[in-house]
Amino acid sequence: MTPLLEARRLVRSFGARRAVNDVSFGIAAGDALALFGPNGAGKTTLLRLLAGLLKPNVGAAAIAGEMLPAPEARARVGLISHRTMLYDTLTARENVRFAAQLHGIADAEGATQHALEQLRVADRAEVPVRALSRGLQQRVAIARAIVHGPDVLLADEPYTGLDEQGANALTGLLLERRAAGAALVVVTHALSEGLAVASHAAVMRAGSFVRHEATAGLDVVRYAAEYRELFA
Amino acid sequence: MAVAVAAMAAALVRAIYFTPAERLQGLAQKIFYVHVPSAWVAFLAFGLTAIAGGVWLFIKDPRLDRFAESSAEVGVIFTTGVLVSGPLWGKPIWGAWWVWDARLTSTLFLWFLFLGYLVLRSAVDEREARARYSAVVGILGALLIPFIHLSVYLFRTQHPTPVVANTAGIQMPGVMVATLFLSLGAFTLLYIALVRQRMALAAERDALLDASTAES
Amino acid sequence: MTAPAPRRGAPTPPGLLAAAGLVARKDLAIEFRSRSAFLSALVLSLLSLVIFYFAWDPTAVAAVDVAPGILWVTFTFSGLLGLHRSFGVEQQERAMDALLVAPISREAIFLGKASANLAFVLGVQLVALPALALFYNLPLTTVLGPLAIVMLLSAIGLTCIGTLFAGITSNTRMAELLLPVLALPFFVPIVLPAAQLTAKLLAGRPLEESLGWLRILLAFDLVFLYACTIAFPFTLED
Repeated sequence: MTPLLEARRLVRSFGARRAVNDVSFGIAAGDALALFGPNGAGKTTLLRLLAGLLKPNVGAAAIAGEMLPAPEARARVGLISHRTMLYDTLTARENVRFAAQLHGIADAEGATQHALEQLRVADRAEVPVRALSRGLQQRVAIARAIVHGPDVLLADEPYTGLDEQGANALTGLLLERRAAGAALVVVTHALSEGLAVASHAAVMRAGSFVRHEATAGLDVVRYAAEYRELFA
Repeated sequence: MAVAVAAMAAALVRAIYFTPAERLQGLAQKIFYVHVPSAWVAFLAFGLTAIAGGVWLFIKDPRLDRFAESSAEVGVIFTTGVLVSGPLWGKPIWGAWWVWDARLTSTLFLWFLFLGYLVLRSAVDEREARARYSAVVGILGALLIPFIHLSVYLFRTQHPTPVVANTAGIQMPGVMVATLFLSLGAFTLLYIALVRQRMALAAERDALLDASTAES
Repeated sequence: MTAPAPRRGAPTPPGLLAAAGLVARKDLAIEFRSRSAFLSALVLSLLSLVIFYFAWDPTAVAAVDVAPGILWVTFTFSGLLGLHRSFGVEQQERAMDALLVAPISREAIFLGKASANLAFVLGVQLVALPALALFYNLPLTTVLGPLAIVMLLSAIGLTCIGTLFAGITSNTRMAELLLPVLALPFFVPIVLPAAQLTAKLLAGRPLEESLGWLRILLAFDLVFLYACTIAFPFTLED
């Protein structure tokens, strides 16, 4: 079966530094890849390549056969980054609605309300984002990323700043997106959080995958020990 | 480099000793052999900077960016030469150090553009971003110069300048033309030599930076 | 890889102008919320009109002779003031990334931002122009129509260049200083014809007499609207 999200031999350099070095993988619809690795391993660059924000020097990435960064492929991406990507003087609703409109959603109002409810921030929707706590801002950021029902959800440290309720809402949402047939990439430092939502796990070091396997049957404790050993 | 220096020496010696002084303008006219070639190189340098930047946007070869950077730096020197030699001639001949004539004004703005371009480069650390921004500014600058020329030209024709001398150089004895072309060739060679030196320096700087980032 | 499979019920992303409209509306909403840039640009232009008044000797030079210069120096500098915000709001939380991932073209982002900046500049002009007429006792009402055309054409050129360069300089050190250094040379072919046209109009001459200047303005707008829109995507990281 053709994977929904496919990366083939991706290479991306900044000057002489290879941030992503020959990375290939595929994620089928309904699967999720948890991506681990220390700072500077190339996780964020890989995610930006998959979102169409960067072009690879070598290789290609595609979503259901549409090559990135074509708009047809970008339309299917939802990106959650470690920055909120929100306008802080606009309200939560305005921010999310703007994203819905950019995607050409016919019922932008309804989609916005639904996304805000899913993240349980609908009651604070009319407040300027600036006045919200960091955790609530992150929830709005996630609502913004999923308002158009993306087939591919790319999440860079999505749990940052979330309280328990927010984290649970996010985990529920990620699992629900999987069930709906989306492909997920979740970058995180917390191994247990990542493994809880993922069907596959990969570890990046110096721009390359050094481990990549299905999570079924993986023991979290042992995985963590091996992970620490890898970077000892 | 050596060839360029020799050619420059030959051109200057010829201009000073072996080319007759112009009848009306006297010795001041000899600035012509420095002024015109400098102006030629100044505009050539800017044109090539813009073209190199434009091509860089599509093939991203770092050598093109190093060329653009070097050409702009060398170009600003020659532009300064034009702006200094012009008034030196203008004062005795036109009776004024500075006249807002179309060509003068275009050259002045060429100088501003070069400086803006170089200041922009100095304000960006990341190499690709620097190349990208400066390429765009270079191309737009090349589009701007004709507009400045045209608008200043229209501006002047409506306000006639009080002292306008005959435009030197339309009718010139053959010996002067030969000297002028020798000078043009020599200045172009000097430009090429300087740009090559500057590019080598830029290449070494980039290599050094690469080596230090690869270590960390 | 398989051939692109059309998704059922997939929304149609907005076209160039619709997307530009969305971006412009969003930028104006942000500006309307805080109004800080607009107010400071407005105050700056009023202040400069006042300061120029005291640097002027009314017994030596007539008001109609100094007014065009004052007007255009004022507009140029106050126009530059609002441009930083345009990209500042995108950078603060990297909202630009969300715009770039969205299925809209990069040209649409530029056109949207330029339109919002155009509205900004026109808004400042709308207040500063009557102030000029008031402070310098100028009979502007008789030339309002032709003057509005000149103002609009100049404002388009100013905002195209200004928006593109603000996008570039917002990613550099000392952005506030660099923007005028880069942009002001580009304002010469706008300010020169605009000031000439204003002078002619104030002197009671019909607009038809200065078609040459009008053509330069128009040509500049067309060339740089096109060039800046094409160039903008190249200023973005890829």
